[in-house]
Amino acid sequence: MTGMPLLSLAIWIPILGGLLVLATGADRNAPLARMLALGVAVVGFLVTLPLFAGFDTTTSAMQFSEFAPWIPRFNINYHLGVDGISMLFVVLNAFITVMVVIAGWQVIQERVAQYMAAFLIMSGLMNGIFSALDGVLFYVFFEASLIPLYLIIGIWGGANRVYAAIKFFLFTLAGSLLMLVAVLYLFVEAGGSFSILDWHKLPLGMTPQTMIFWAFLIAFAVKVPMWPVHTWLPDAHVEAPTGGSVVLAAIALKLGAYGFLRFSLPIVPDAAQAMAPLVITLSLIAVVYIGFVALVQTDMKKLVAYSSIAHMGFVTLGFFMFNSLGIEGALVQMISHGFVSGAMFLCIGVLYDRMHSRNIADYGGVVRTMPKFAAFFMLFAMANAGLPGTSGFVGEFMVILGAVKFNFWVAFLAATTLILGAAYTLWMYKRVVFGAIANDHVAQLQDINGRESAFLAILALCVLAMGVYPFPFTEVMHASVDELLRHVAVSKL
Amino acid sequence: MSDMKALYLLVPLAPLAGAILAGLFGRQLGRSGAHGVTILGVLVAFLASVVIFQDVRNGHLFNGTVYTWMESGGLKFEIGFLIDPLTTMMMLVVTFVSLMVHIYTIGYMKDDPGYQRFFSYISLFTFSMLMLVMSNNFLQLFFGWEAVGLVSYLLIGFWHDRPTAIYANLKAFLVNRVGDFGFLLGIGLIAAYAGSLNYAEVFAKAEGLAAMEMAGTGWPLMTAICICLFIGAMGKSAQVPLHVWLPDSMEGPTPISALIHAATMVTAGIFMVARMSPLFELSDAALSFVLVIGATTALFMGFLGIVQNDIKRVVAYSTLSQLGYMTVALGVSAYSAAVFHLMTHAFFKALLFLGAGSVIIGMHHDQDMRNMGGLRKYMPITWITSLLGSLALIGFPLFSGFYSKDSIIEAVHAATIPGAGYALVCVLLGVFVTAFYSFRMYFLVFHGEERFGKAHHDHHGDHEDEEPSSDHHHGLAPGQKPHESPWVVTLPLVLLAIPSVLIGMITIEPMLFGTWFQSAIFVADNHVGLSQLAASFTGAFGMAAHGLVTAPFWLAMAGVVLSWYFYMRRPDIPAAIQRRFSAIHTVLENKYYFDRFNEIVFAAGARVLGTGLWKGGDRALIDGVAVNGSARLVGWVAQIARLVQTGHLYQYALAMIVGVFVLLTFWLNLG
Repeated sequence: MTGMPLLSLAIWIPILGGLLVLATGADRNAPLARMLALGVAVVGFLVTLPLFAGFDTTTSAMQFSEFAPWIPRFNINYHLGVDGISMLFVVLNAFITVMVVIAGWQVIQERVAQYMAAFLIMSGLMNGIFSALDGVLFYVFFEASLIPLYLIIGIWGGANRVYAAIKFFLFTLAGSLLMLVAVLYLFVEAGGSFSILDWHKLPLGMTPQTMIFWAFLIAFAVKVPMWPVHTWLPDAHVEAPTGGSVVLAAIALKLGAYGFLRFSLPIVPDAAQAMAPLVITLSLIAVVYIGFVALVQTDMKKLVAYSSIAHMGFVTLGFFMFNSLGIEGALVQMISHGFVSGAMFLCIGVLYDRMHSRNIADYGGVVRTMPKFAAFFMLFAMANAGLPGTSGFVGEFMVILGAVKFNFWVAFLAATTLILGAAYTLWMYKRVVFGAIANDHVAQLQDINGRESAFLAILALCVLAMGVYPFPFTEVMHASVDELLRHVAVSKL
Repeated sequence: MSDMKALYLLVPLAPLAGAILAGLFGRQLGRSGAHGVTILGVLVAFLASVVIFQDVRNGHLFNGTVYTWMESGGLKFEIGFLIDPLTTMMMLVVTFVSLMVHIYTIGYMKDDPGYQRFFSYISLFTFSMLMLVMSNNFLQLFFGWEAVGLVSYLLIGFWHDRPTAIYANLKAFLVNRVGDFGFLLGIGLIAAYAGSLNYAEVFAKAEGLAAMEMAGTGWPLMTAICICLFIGAMGKSAQVPLHVWLPDSMEGPTPISALIHAATMVTAGIFMVARMSPLFELSDAALSFVLVIGATTALFMGFLGIVQNDIKRVVAYSTLSQLGYMTVALGVSAYSAAVFHLMTHAFFKALLFLGAGSVIIGMHHDQDMRNMGGLRKYMPITWITSLLGSLALIGFPLFSGFYSKDSIIEAVHAATIPGAGYALVCVLLGVFVTAFYSFRMYFLVFHGEERFGKAHHDHHGDHEDEEPSSDHHHGLAPGQKPHESPWVVTLPLVLLAIPSVLIGMITIEPMLFGTWFQSAIFVADNHVGLSQLAASFTGAFGMAAHGLVTAPFWLAMAGVVLSWYFYMRRPDIPAAIQRRFSAIHTVLENKYYFDRFNEIVFAAGARVLGTGLWKGGDRALIDGVAVNGSARLVGWVAQIARLVQTGHLYQYALAMIVGVFVLLTFWLNLG
């Protein structure tokens, strides 16, 4: 297995496969484009499985590494590798891509080839982000991944899609330009190296550390998104097609969080420690403030979008407490959020495809006409509310335990999510699913078909498996997280 | 030993298997298949529990891991079992009552379209509750804790087209979550300071923890831990002010009111505190807090039982009050008395609820006691068993409730902890109130004038505004007579009546004064607990004989006689009292305005806050000022810059000349 360039396969199979799908052209070839896309997505997922199966949990070193000079003149290399922090995201990303292809099977009837291709290419680029170990390579993937998502929202989105797409694009672009400056500065300081691993060892004074920290913070905070640079996300979700929302929530939000662990903490540990109170404050605002905002949303997608922001608040909170429960809990939360938010958006998509409304007030009594769907939706809603036995509980629980260790009042505020998360999720569930049948449209709803049952059942299994036995997920993280914490504890000054 | 471990696993997994089969394959199994498989699962769990009980009596305890759930940050998170006397007692109670309720449900739900789903849920509940009581660690405890909450949520909202039901289940879940919020923080404190989630390991470090302070606050650590844990118990065991969900939970079908909202789940908080006795014993402040909350619940929730007209709601408020008694026992370190009352109460309250359910069947789903009366002629088995249950509830000597309640009152009497005086007044007055509302219900339902089949009230509890569309409470048509329920309903009543009468006198000696709970419950030397009572204990019959000359007995008798006089002889008197003291009556009718307060302050307040943050924060400030503001700023700068670019050559020339002039001036001055 080690002989195969697995990471390159994980990146390039979807990208090249996506180009192939694109080549099928007009919509009369749509069935071919769908089958081809599914095949590419499944193969792309299968090649990531050996990453998990063959992962060595005893080392924090980069595994499945690949190295080739790319632009020797500037010492830019095609350097890939994963550790316990990044490996799971490659697998998750490839998995979600399969779900998205299945979810868009019937719903997307226009420009099918382009739609499928955009998702496949984005998937490959995101795998590139999670496995790049060269600063320029990372930056190229990071920026390139914006384009397909921009197109997905801008072409297949709702009525206000252009505003949302541009808002999304400008927010994230503005953030990442600052990161480019930081990358170039680090290149010079490191004596002409773009290697991220070299940057980890690079001694830096407090002032440059602080400035680099801010550059990274702004870039990553927009992606996560953290309060107060989060307002692009609800708009983007509302306008995006279902598949776009799924990828946005399940994978794209993880890019920023991943950046904190790969860049901010190890490269500028002293600044990260000094700035931790700021990040923790912003994270707690995300949990509490956004929790209240989510409560009053009238649009289901906006509600879940806000709930995503609150859940990501747990991620950044976990990172900046600098204990292993916090960081591992945050990573678990990221994986779980991939399943749960993906599933929530798919459920809303199921309803939207039938009713063409995301407005909570247009629903009521859905359980009477769609009992199977209601059962799945209940499971995912409970996972979103962090019920034990589902994946949603594991990460929140770990972060809260880590927070009690760190500071009781931080834990106190974080734990309000138990109440707020249940309130906004179950109140929405009650209004949409329970009650008397609200109108004729609800009365005529058809329950989920085999294809919809299939992807919801697969996600349900993931959510339950991770909730009942999270051991394998945390096991792969230990070595890398411990090494990261040891590294952060040593001052670079 | 390993074969015993398999048996331990069988206890929770058999009901789980039943739940999964009935839930996923309900249509294929059909109705009898669904109840067959779930009853079989619970029966297996009950029989296995009996075997385990015998094994524990022979001194075989067990504390071990089933599997490691996760590891992180030096903490091991495990799923495991602790099999000791406290656990086995709970296992027996849970599986027995659950079995009775499963059988009863065949009759109660026979016309319901959600038959299979209902059986799946109650079996899932049995699994969750067993995982909770069998746990040997805080993680699994929390799992079970939230899982029973989930099933409770699903079952309260079982009739999901009824607006009151889906309001009640959301309320129940959220109020419980408030308790869980405290509970989780308590678990977090234990994990952070004890470095373990395993009971035995934490208890071993309890002395050390008691000497510590909580970082950053200076509070005594053990008090903080215990109060946080107890907040969880307040949610689940419905103690004031987190009791508000329990009366509304009566929206669920009656079998689950008996199983979940009376006999088992709501006692989880009591069980948990008893299990944590090695921690609570080390904080007098926490015990006082427990005591005062419990005493308040015991008395003031009892008052509310007096003004209810819905038969289920009377029993519900009685449950609240009795849970208060158990909590009081915890507060005075009489943990075994609390657990003892938990057990006797599980039997007689399940009996009373199922009896009420039988009455409701007989009345064709009319729950209003004002439409009943004289039912003893038509429903003899229900009548006798309900009478036995009521006598147990009011603590009539020799009945099971007498032994458990009297022990609690004696323990409060002996206690010296702050708050014990207040608690004594509450529990003594509570005895009178309990007897009064219990026999008010008994007389109104089974004796007196036959009021059914006359006016059609269509009345359901205090939700008069609800749509009368649902077919779940239509009542008897004029001229129709109530009828006794089928055997699947009456058999559980009889089987529950037996322990309701006898279990107290049989088990008081080993449970309270023997060594039965020695390995499970810890009482510190400086707390009286039950030691004074033990010194004067002369056997079960001696205690009953002595009971006849004590205040609680006469208070109870006064309550019974007064209710008979008021509701059988002179119904004009309560009406006159109600008019005379209408202010008090209004307060009681409105349940001390807890619901109104919560709706205005918390529910509406949260929505106002959320709207304010969303429209004021996100929209106006962040998007309005910062985002669109910077976009406007760019636009504004561009507008100004555009003014300069007029396209007129003479203006460009002028600008150039001015520029050159300014630059020259600077350059010359510098030079």
